[in-house]
Amino acid sequence: MLPNIDLGQLWIECLRFLPELLACGGIVLFLFMRFFDRSHMGVIALLVTLLALSVSLAQWTGRIDWLGNKPIEVLEAPRITNSTPDEPFQGTFRPTFGGLLVYDHLTIFLRCFLYGFTALVIWLTMTTGIPDREDSPDFYCLLLGATVGMVLMASSTHLLMVYIGIEMASLPSYALAGYLKGRRASSEAALKYVVYGGGSAGIMLYGISLLAGRFGTAYLPDVAVGLVHSFAPTSGGVTFDPVLILAVLFVLIGVAFKLAVVPFHFWCPDVFEGASAEVAGYLSIASKGAAMALLARLVLLLCGVDPLVQPTFSAHWSVMVHYLLPALAFFAALTATFGNLAAYLQTNLKRLLAYSTIAHAGYMLMGLAAIRPVAQPGEPFELPGLQAVLFYLVAYLFMNLGAFAVTAYLRNQTGSEELSDFRGLVRRSPWMVVTLSVFLLSLLGLPPLVGFTAKFQVFSVLWDSSQAWYRKGDTGMGATLFGLLIVGGINSVFSAVYYLKVLKVMILEGRAEDLEGREPVPLREPIEAVVFSTICALAVFVLGILWSPLDRFTREGTDRFAWRVGPTAADMMQAPQRGGGGGGGMRRPPPPGGGGGGMRGPEGGKQQPPRGGGGGNRGGGAKGPGGPKGQQP
Amino acid sequence: MSENDMLWMSAVVFIPAVFALLLIFVPRGKEDIMRWLSLAGTGLTLGVSIGAFILFYSNVIDFNRGNDPEARQRMSLEFRQLEYDGGGVSAPTNSGDWISNYPWIDRFNIKYYLGADGISMPLVLLTTLLSFLAMIASWKIDKFVRGYCMLFLLLETGMLGTFLALDFFLFYIFWELMLLPMYFLIGVWGGPRREYAAIKFFLYTLLGSVFILIALLAFYFTDVRDFAGPRTKAEAVAAAKSEGRTVAENQVEIHSFDLVVLQRIGKAALQKLNDQPVTTSFAAIQAKENLDKLKRDKKATAEDVHNAEAKYQAALDDSGLKKRLEQAFFQPWFQYTMFLFLLVGFAIKVPVFPFHTWLPDAHVEAPTPISMILAGVLLKMGGYGIIRIAYPICPWAGQQLAYIVALFGVINIVYGAFAAMAQSDFKKLVAYSSVSHMGYVLLGIAVWSSPEHAQYWSWGMNGAMFQMIAHGITSAGMFFLVGVIYDRAHHRRLDNFRGLYEPMPLYGGISAIIFFAAMGLPGMCGFVGEFMVVLSTWNYNRLFAVLAALTVVITAAYILWTIQRVFMGENPQYKNYSDVSVREIVCILPLLILSVALGVLPGYLLLNWMEPSVTGLVDTLARFTP
Repeated sequence: MLPNIDLGQLWIECLRFLPELLACGGIVLFLFMRFFDRSHMGVIALLVTLLALSVSLAQWTGRIDWLGNKPIEVLEAPRITNSTPDEPFQGTFRPTFGGLLVYDHLTIFLRCFLYGFTALVIWLTMTTGIPDREDSPDFYCLLLGATVGMVLMASSTHLLMVYIGIEMASLPSYALAGYLKGRRASSEAALKYVVYGGGSAGIMLYGISLLAGRFGTAYLPDVAVGLVHSFAPTSGGVTFDPVLILAVLFVLIGVAFKLAVVPFHFWCPDVFEGASAEVAGYLSIASKGAAMALLARLVLLLCGVDPLVQPTFSAHWSVMVHYLLPALAFFAALTATFGNLAAYLQTNLKRLLAYSTIAHAGYMLMGLAAIRPVAQPGEPFELPGLQAVLFYLVAYLFMNLGAFAVTAYLRNQTGSEELSDFRGLVRRSPWMVVTLSVFLLSLLGLPPLVGFTAKFQVFSVLWDSSQAWYRKGDTGMGATLFGLLIVGGINSVFSAVYYLKVLKVMILEGRAEDLEGREPVPLREPIEAVVFSTICALAVFVLGILWSPLDRFTREGTDRFAWRVGPTAADMMQAPQRGGGGGGGMRRPPPPGGGGGGMRGPEGGKQQPPRGGGGGNRGGGAKGPGGPKGQQP
Repeated sequence: MSENDMLWMSAVVFIPAVFALLLIFVPRGKEDIMRWLSLAGTGLTLGVSIGAFILFYSNVIDFNRGNDPEARQRMSLEFRQLEYDGGGVSAPTNSGDWISNYPWIDRFNIKYYLGADGISMPLVLLTTLLSFLAMIASWKIDKFVRGYCMLFLLLETGMLGTFLALDFFLFYIFWELMLLPMYFLIGVWGGPRREYAAIKFFLYTLLGSVFILIALLAFYFTDVRDFAGPRTKAEAVAAAKSEGRTVAENQVEIHSFDLVVLQRIGKAALQKLNDQPVTTSFAAIQAKENLDKLKRDKKATAEDVHNAEAKYQAALDDSGLKKRLEQAFFQPWFQYTMFLFLLVGFAIKVPVFPFHTWLPDAHVEAPTPISMILAGVLLKMGGYGIIRIAYPICPWAGQQLAYIVALFGVINIVYGAFAAMAQSDFKKLVAYSSVSHMGYVLLGIAVWSSPEHAQYWSWGMNGAMFQMIAHGITSAGMFFLVGVIYDRAHHRRLDNFRGLYEPMPLYGGISAIIFFAAMGLPGMCGFVGEFMVVLSTWNYNRLFAVLAALTVVITAAYILWTIQRVFMGENPQYKNYSDVSVREIVCILPLLILSVALGVLPGYLLLNWMEPSVTGLVDTLARFTP
């Protein structure tokens, strides 16, 4: 292996991986710092995260590519399909580390999202004081470690990497959940989390091994193509390979566990109740974002939207979509509805927020379910909902983090997270109640808060996609998506009941001393708590009114998937198919001129046409949601 | 923001919100300052809205030539929007046209888009007036004054924004914006069952909003490029360019939340589904205008006219237009579904019979000033939505289902009246009388049969609008009067009152006038609207008309019975009650004057400037009915 590695290429790939390397460096630093310095590590952790964030932002603007001091090579997509191998791929994605990871806009978007969010969480922990001075190095180690794992999850294109990412994100999460060592509930939460997590990881690994054994590779695009081809439409209907179905289900269960999709959600309320509010907030948003990105990648591959698979509109992909879409829609509807209905019965604020988290996973899944056919014949599908999901994630970041932050502050002041202890709170801690109301109302989706704009985008994508299916003449798919839209709308009403219940308890109901006419004892509202919650509330409000910039960022984040690049190859039906049976070969032999393995030296790859901004991150052909715009290579 | 009209309208909408923000800075414990500040806020809004109205009135219609067709035409939003959209991007906008927009969210073509016409203006004035009076009526509220005033002012912004927004998305935002203040105003300051009433109100309205949201999305995804003018097209091209793609002007897909454009495609759907040529595309409108001009022009040669005619015909037969008329929007199922969605969404607010149950609860529990706003303005938003959105955008389904809508209107009238009669709680009685009176609004909107009967429909629609204003005045007055007596007696049980006339003669007199106005006594404001509606209904369906007219008897019965139970007789228990205070007189006097004045001078005060817009709306729709 070693002689094959091009050091220049490695250097570039390391630069692409720089934020993670920085975070890992931070982890090592914390471990060593214990020997020298016993002060609180919050500031250092914050600095490390901000450094990783700024590198990610630099990558986002495309500047980081100049640091490589070499023209960026666009690696050819390792393809097992029949498209002509000597045709350079013109997207903005770059498989990294031999095709284990992919470096594209979605990756960088999620990176910025995750590091930005982690920075906010670290700031929050510094204001609430949950890891004390003694514990802080361990806590931040775990936090950064989990974040690195989540970035890996979001950028993996290889089943092995998927597994490693999930495990790397999960293991620190287990420890974080049990961080309040003295509390029984916390330990119980951690144990439950470990057992569920371990179980689902095992199942997932089994699924991965089945897939890898069946196709002889764990490279996701290859697996996707193989899978889709195994769904062969014949004259008598569609034949299924039960092993493959099982394998796919197993892999999806692993992802569903992370997302807390019903019926794999049971850990979520218990863990959130037991863990500290800061950790619960972290888990609810970060692992949701990473898992959603991972699921999005799987869906993109399986529907042929990801350019890595380069499908043509053949019956195979259509069959796949006809199973995938209803399944996603079903679980989205189930998750949203169940989460909202179950939340109603909760009496603990964190538990209630846990069910709300489940419900919101359902809304985001709705965005992913909105797969729609492209108007032009010969084109496959597109996933406009990915953009809405990214928008939803950012919106969710501010509103949910804000809600958990206020929960943490209230816990610090009242020592309780039970709703019954929050009676009449508005007179004792008005600012916390006002900001929490803003967050909850945003979660409920009332305009002009950002939660509404996020829901609006998901719903609009659902309607648009359902119409696209109707236009294609596929009433069943159209009706499914329209039904999903109705379910989503009705769910907003369901969710109003419990969000308002919290507001009712805090604002409408009175405490005993109110009834007796005594002045309630005001709670202390620390200035840093006020600042933090106000910033989150302002973000929720401002993004709810001026959401054009965020909308543009999310669209750039999906650049690679929203628009097809290049002409379509001949239909795969006529193409010489890969041997599905034994899965003998590793991968298709590489096109001439390339190195061995999946990685290719720069001289083998094709030069990208010169484009502004070095990386050409904003290039990628003509854009626009309206229809497919091609760029002829 | 150099446009005059935009400034005025934005000021009307946002002054209350600004005052709500100012309230934050009032130091704790200075309740009186908070009250005066909020009163100043509502008063300033009232003043500005009257100023805006005067400017609107003098700009849009000519005082002296009320019958000038041009002036009448200018009352319609359609005409002004066409004029606005007619030029390119660089063409100057007319700051006196009371229709103005600024880009907000580019990708969805959402605009900050306000406009006023004869339909929205009276409701705006009603809102600002009632808010001002309700603020006076709120003087006695002493629990969390700051919160109360802030929520109240926020509510006012929401209501005014709803009436002035011409962008459907903006409309929806304002529509939802008033949900939450109302929830808290009922939930915190209400009566014993306030929490139940508040959540019921919230959930009902939210459910309705979801339906409206779906309809909003559905409309948005229609390509309206044939119905938009050069300015909109140029803007769309510029927006595409900023996204990095280049599209020719005739290629660009245009999706819009513009209510006027949506109304235009609504008309196109009506024509198409009635197998008529679609004449509402922008090209066709322009060609027709040109043709008409040539026809009037004596100097024009026959050839010119012929050419213009050919051009008009070409615009009608445009193949692109024909193709785009196959979109979902122009299909019967779509029109039916969306009309029903919108109708349900707005009907919950009106409220229409099966969805009305939130109203008595909310009214009974809400504090007096909030009841005034609720009955006076919030119910009107439902009616306004039906007139402004449901009927014009889905006219075909509106006409097909007119009978059912009218039926529900009649059910509302009759059911509400009987239910009111059965109440023993004073406030509940007034609440059910609202249900009954709003039935006339629904009935008046629905009486659409054929082009020959367009005149009657226009009466009905005008009657509905008039009834909305009249009911806004009388119901707010009635709720205030109930509040006055509740402040003294601390109960609202009708059977326990008696002989109130003796200690409170002034109160008795005022009550009698307001109640008779609500009853629809000729010469008072309630009569005009009901009369117009019943008259138009006679030509639509005799049975409905008879039922609606007969219900006036029931109305008279419960109102007279109420007056008898409350004021007549003797009751030593209430002998020492003081008569209405100066503050209370200040609050009720404008309503008292209006309820008489509108009955005596309906034309001068309201119909003259409201009617052109309403009739214009009716005309454009009724013309295309088979």
